Amino acid sequence: MADAANQIANRIPTNLVVNGVGRTLDLVPWTTLLDALRDHLGLTGTKKGCDHGQCGACTVLVDGRRVNSCLTLAVMKDGAEITTVEGLARDGALHPLQQAFIDHDAFQCGYCTPGQICSATGLLAEGHASDADEIRELMSGNLCRCGAYPNIVAAIQQAMGQP
Amino acid sequence: MNAYVGTPTSRVDGRAKVTGTAKYAGEFTANGLVHGFVVAATIPRGRIARLDTSEALRVTGVLDVLTHTHRPPLADKDEAWMDEVAPDEGSPFRPLYDDNIKFNGQPIALVVAEDWETAKFAATLVHVEYQEGAFGTDLEAGRDKAIEVQGPHKPRGDAAGALAGAAVRHEADYFIPTEHHNPMELFATTVVWDGNGRITVYDKTQGVQNVHKYLCGVFGKKPDDIRVLSPYVGGAFGSGLRPQYQVVLATLGALALKRSVRVVLTRQQMYGLGHRPATIERVGLGAKPDGTLEAVAHEATAVTSRYEDFSRNDSGWAEQLYRSPNSRYSHKLVRLDVSTPCDMRAPGAASGVCALECAMDELAVALKLDPLELRLKCYSDRDQSEDLPYTSKQLRECYARGAEAFGWSKRNPTPRSMRDDKELVGWGMATGVWEALQMPVAVRIVLTANGHAEVYCAASDIGTGTYTIVAQVAADALGLPIESISVKLADSTLPQAPVEGGSWMAASSAHAVLGAAEDIRRELARLAKTMPASPLGGVDAADVILVDGTIAKAGDKGRAVSIADAMRYGKLERIEKHKLNHFAEDKSHARNTHSAVFAEVKIDEQLGVIRVTRVVSAVAAGRILNTKTGRSQIMGGVVWGIGMALHEETVTDHRFGRIMNANIAEYHIPVNADIHDIEVIFVEERDDRINALGVKGLGEIGIVGVPAAIANAVYHATGKRIRRFPITLDKLLA
Repeated sequence: MADAANQIANRIPTNLVVNGVGRTLDLVPWTTLLDALRDHLGLTGTKKGCDHGQCGACTVLVDGRRVNSCLTLAVMKDGAEITTVEGLARDGALHPLQQAFIDHDAFQCGYCTPGQICSATGLLAEGHASDADEIRELMSGNLCRCGAYPNIVAAIQQAMGQP
Repeated sequence: MNAYVGTPTSRVDGRAKVTGTAKYAGEFTANGLVHGFVVAATIPRGRIARLDTSEALRVTGVLDVLTHTHRPPLADKDEAWMDEVAPDEGSPFRPLYDDNIKFNGQPIALVVAEDWETAKFAATLVHVEYQEGAFGTDLEAGRDKAIEVQGPHKPRGDAAGALAGAAVRHEADYFIPTEHHNPMELFATTVVWDGNGRITVYDKTQGVQNVHKYLCGVFGKKPDDIRVLSPYVGGAFGSGLRPQYQVVLATLGALALKRSVRVVLTRQQMYGLGHRPATIERVGLGAKPDGTLEAVAHEATAVTSRYEDFSRNDSGWAEQLYRSPNSRYSHKLVRLDVSTPCDMRAPGAASGVCALECAMDELAVALKLDPLELRLKCYSDRDQSEDLPYTSKQLRECYARGAEAFGWSKRNPTPRSMRDDKELVGWGMATGVWEALQMPVAVRIVLTANGHAEVYCAASDIGTGTYTIVAQVAADALGLPIESISVKLADSTLPQAPVEGGSWMAASSAHAVLGAAEDIRRELARLAKTMPASPLGGVDAADVILVDGTIAKAGDKGRAVSIADAMRYGKLERIEKHKLNHFAEDKSHARNTHSAVFAEVKIDEQLGVIRVTRVVSAVAAGRILNTKTGRSQIMGGVVWGIGMALHEETVTDHRFGRIMNANIAEYHIPVNADIHDIEVIFVEERDDRINALGVKGLGEIGIVGVPAAIANAVYHATGKRIRRFPITLDKLLA
């Protein structure tokens, strides 16, 4: 029987463009994009809430699309552009969604918030949500245990320019 | 001067939270940080017969595997393990202490490796053999073995006799399942090794000083050897009141390796922490035909662990709400092979009032009375257990305002009488009640000559808004803009605070701030009055206020000295005041918060799908310090109530004593699409007696009553009474 203890794979060089900055990491193939961001790049704004793609706290934008970074192996995103919550504000000015989340008190503990904001950024880019019901449906991959959902919907509507 | 208190001030920590710069316990780092991964037991009771770590230790990058036979010393007396909120009866759980298995999911080893992936992988190579013991995890199977513990109140009159003789009677069991808090943040601790046995501990906790004292006891350390911080907490809801086992494991790792160690639990492992205990609530109500209550009998039978007796006031809340000459409230425990339950949002009340308020609805049906009319008929202006008046109780106004906003008068009382296209419509209501608690808290305020103030307190902000209300109260009391206030919380070296829980922190921290600010005002007044040609020369010090960055005569802002000038005159760079606030003991009045909850459900009759389309929660909780964050807190409580009514249940396979849905996809909590209109109404409630600001707290009251209002709405929609929570579609279709 092979010795399981010696079955650690070789590291693979991986290039990621994170918030506009090119980064090269040597990663074992099972490192998720989430752990690469948090543990290898120190970008802890992206949160781990379940590590199983069930809660959405780890949502980031990969080439502009929202994905659960805990279900994404980093080595498979070689060359991709990654945007995390740390990359949304520009020159100190908050992204309209970030400001809207503050204005509408769309969080309490703040732990799901980066994922909510990244997910909402993706949602706006997708252009499929036109009213509150559709926002609710299309934001349902992002859990909020504090129960800020109505405020999250209101914040997204503000960022969409809806009253 | 209230520029901020009572206003919808945005969270002062909002920017940190929306930009990802707010750091949580598992996000702090240190040179040479290594990672621990927990190995958990897979049986509910027994002994570890063999624990083989050799294969895990051979993995490149693994530094050590700690077990009960291989670890630094741990305290051997229960007192050391008793934290601030430990149950009085029993022996607290000691992780990695010995070979005893007390519950499924109990930690039995910690693999420490250079990186997290390696530790996680190597944890799969720790081999365990058990000597399994006979076990029980099923509350209903163990009900006949329940032991009675002290109930919440003494009985009054003869409840059993009055119930038996009542003209109209309702008696039923209501079942509340085990629930888990599931805060979004995983439980985590980062222990930074400072050298010479000293450590800095970043922990997910609701009480840094509770954890500090606990760690000092468990590891035999001096207070200066350990510092505990939790600047941001990603939700807790009670799960972080007691020190959790990962803080012990991370500290063990740091002491063993003399290195910094981080331990993060998996979502699955968090189901081995505390939980809302499964409870059978038996409620009996007897009334005259006109609805006058004759008897209330409420008996709660709840799960506890085999090693600690955890109990809360489930059954006693009718004593605050409904007049009855006879009452009996009792609490029983069934000791099972599970981890000890712990407080979870409105512990006791969330479950007990749910049953009481469903029972009141059933009684109203039996009496052919409107459910709201029945509550008003039985309304109690006094706390009957001690026969005390309330410091304030605007519950009548909650009923009136809530009913009006909801449109309750348009309700057709007949079940199944209201429809919206293909959906049945149901309207239900319930009452909520919680305690208005307050605790000793200290703060230190440092005012610098440039007009900036720093406020320090060990209290935690678990998302409740403590940072913000402390800043608001300080800004008003010191007459400064809120931007000139910095708040530092959740560090065990800061002035004393209890755990953040029970809805007591808003009132408790706010009055400590007021006390310290008052000492600063006095010192500034003294300085300003003694300045040459002071405009405040003849003014009584008691009439001097702090406003707009100045020291001024109340009512005459023209007579003022700038704070900077006064401090320059006094040759002071800073004024520092520390104040420990104690609330005056007052046993002459009862202190409670109240709510009236109205809910609308729409139900697809063919599929049994239930939507909660509207909830109105009218809350009377004294003065609301921040109407924005306060509204959010109540809204969150309503969302929790919806979860409790329709979604949440920890399911155990009792043949194996093992939780089957230990993840956040199969343990259902409300998602965005489940939540529709929630209207929060704060009913004005002036309370001059409870404390200076008239503040009561909001953390718990938002959930209480909500599950019952929804259950009652489901009955109204369908004519089916589901007494076993959560109300899922299979139960409706059965």
